[in-house]
Amino acid sequence: MEYFVQQLINGLTLGSIYGLIAIGYTMVYGIIGMINFAHGDIFMIGSFIALTVFLILTSVLGFTFLPLVLLLALVVAMLFTSAWGWTVERLAYRPLRGSFRLAPLITAIGMSIVLQNFVQVTQGARVKPLPPQIQGGITLMEGSTANGAIVVQLSYMQIIIIVTTVVLMTAFTLLITRTSLGRAQRACEQDRKMAALLGVNVDRTISLTFVMGAALAAVAGMMFLLLYGVIDFYIGFLAGVKAFTAAVLGGIGSLPGAMLGGLLIGLIEVFWSGYFSVEYKDVAAFSILAIVLIFLPSGLLGKPEVEKV
Amino acid sequence: MSSQAQDALLSVRGVETYYGKIIALRGVDMDVHRGEIVTLIGANGAGKSTLMMTICGTPQARRGSIHYDGQDITTMPTHEIMRRGIAQSPEGRRIFPRMTVLENLQMGAQLVDPRHFRDDLDKVYALFPRLRERAAQRGGTLSGGEQQMLAIGRALMSRPKLLLLDEPSLGLAPLIVKQIFGAVLELNRTEGLTVFLVEQNAFHALKLAHRGYVMVNGRITMSGTGAELLKRDEVRAAYLEGGVH
Repeated sequence: MEYFVQQLINGLTLGSIYGLIAIGYTMVYGIIGMINFAHGDIFMIGSFIALTVFLILTSVLGFTFLPLVLLLALVVAMLFTSAWGWTVERLAYRPLRGSFRLAPLITAIGMSIVLQNFVQVTQGARVKPLPPQIQGGITLMEGSTANGAIVVQLSYMQIIIIVTTVVLMTAFTLLITRTSLGRAQRACEQDRKMAALLGVNVDRTISLTFVMGAALAAVAGMMFLLLYGVIDFYIGFLAGVKAFTAAVLGGIGSLPGAMLGGLLIGLIEVFWSGYFSVEYKDVAAFSILAIVLIFLPSGLLGKPEVEKV
Repeated sequence: MSSQAQDALLSVRGVETYYGKIIALRGVDMDVHRGEIVTLIGANGAGKSTLMMTICGTPQARRGSIHYDGQDITTMPTHEIMRRGIAQSPEGRRIFPRMTVLENLQMGAQLVDPRHFRDDLDKVYALFPRLRERAAQRGGTLSGGEQQMLAIGRALMSRPKLLLLDEPSLGLAPLIVKQIFGAVLELNRTEGLTVFLVEQNAFHALKLAHRGYVMVNGRITMSGTGAELLKRDEVRAAYLEGGVH
């Protein structure tokens, strides 16, 4: 029981990170119908920016108050990563709008390679470590098993990740469902031409979608950095594929689906590692994807395309 | 430019529109003056909807010019054109299917000062009481007639100076057509709203309109007051006989 609870906590933590990245995939797919394969690398860039800002604040400027440093690092990482997301869309995707369907997809893969190589060249290929910043936690349960005592720990780091994710996703859901900006975004998703006929600047709305996705990916990047303590130029690939899987699992195009899918992928991965084998955790996550696609092609919360004409 | 074109709210001159290499409009001239209801009739595929969309800049005219309120809007992006006070209820209605009726109306009011929202909403609901009953329902679940009301209501929410209506009677029961045309006439009389109406239902449209144009194969072939066109044998033969409800 204790072991189960511990795995549940770990799974939710990891799932939060996947969910934050998955939103970027699902929103971009919703609005322009393309899979932005460079999104995982935007996440990677977010974690690099967070690390850089963190080191500048602590080592160069001598900040010592950790909550302030973390908050500043988060905000700056979100801003700069958004600029990256905006630029990628502007340079690589917008010129191809109206082109054949595969063109932006191929470009996205190219963009992903460009971003990885750019970071590899400028930051080096070796892993970048960050010593654990947030230590300690709350002991939830204590028990004993055949192998000895077991303690269920909810670390402060996990609390921060889960709380930040919940707050951001709530804010984000409100933004999409309640504000006129979110309404314009959904209008573009459902009928771009009609949105333009109502005076919505469609190009700007699409840019904003990339900006929002990148900002959330930056948060995920920073969480990843703090949780694992090492990053390199290649982390965007696997995390990106996992988050994409999460988006498809939840139903691509659906926001709650992306969040749910992220949590599920996190849980599947952690439970599989905990009860079966760590080596095959990725296989487990992707097998679930295959199964869902076979039996429920539009994902768990995907909208079936039934519309009255 | 002629003096007539200058007091026109909308003036279209020599407009040619293409879809790829296929020509859809072959040099169209027409005007809509302030406070008028002008209708454009013609057979299916004549280019009526294309003209309406070209006015809104999607697609843009390849040749010719479109002036609105004294400004050249020929090459403006669609959203810039619509911000100048043109609203369209397009062919096929294009309701946002996964938004509620209220959200669809809010989309119409996207560019308007939010302080007007309540009043404008009440006006639209007064015009189409059905929409008030359906406010919380998703657009995609409405009947055809309700969707048409919503499309017009949404267009009105933007407080337009020029309302473009593309086949508002298509596929609707005669009673609902009458209701919708009645609403258009009322808006024209009480608020002085300028209306440009594209219709296949020539009889109703010409009776409602001050002036009309007939389009054949991408060209304007006839124009005149609604009453005049109704009397013309060519119009009667082509668009009215057998088709009158």
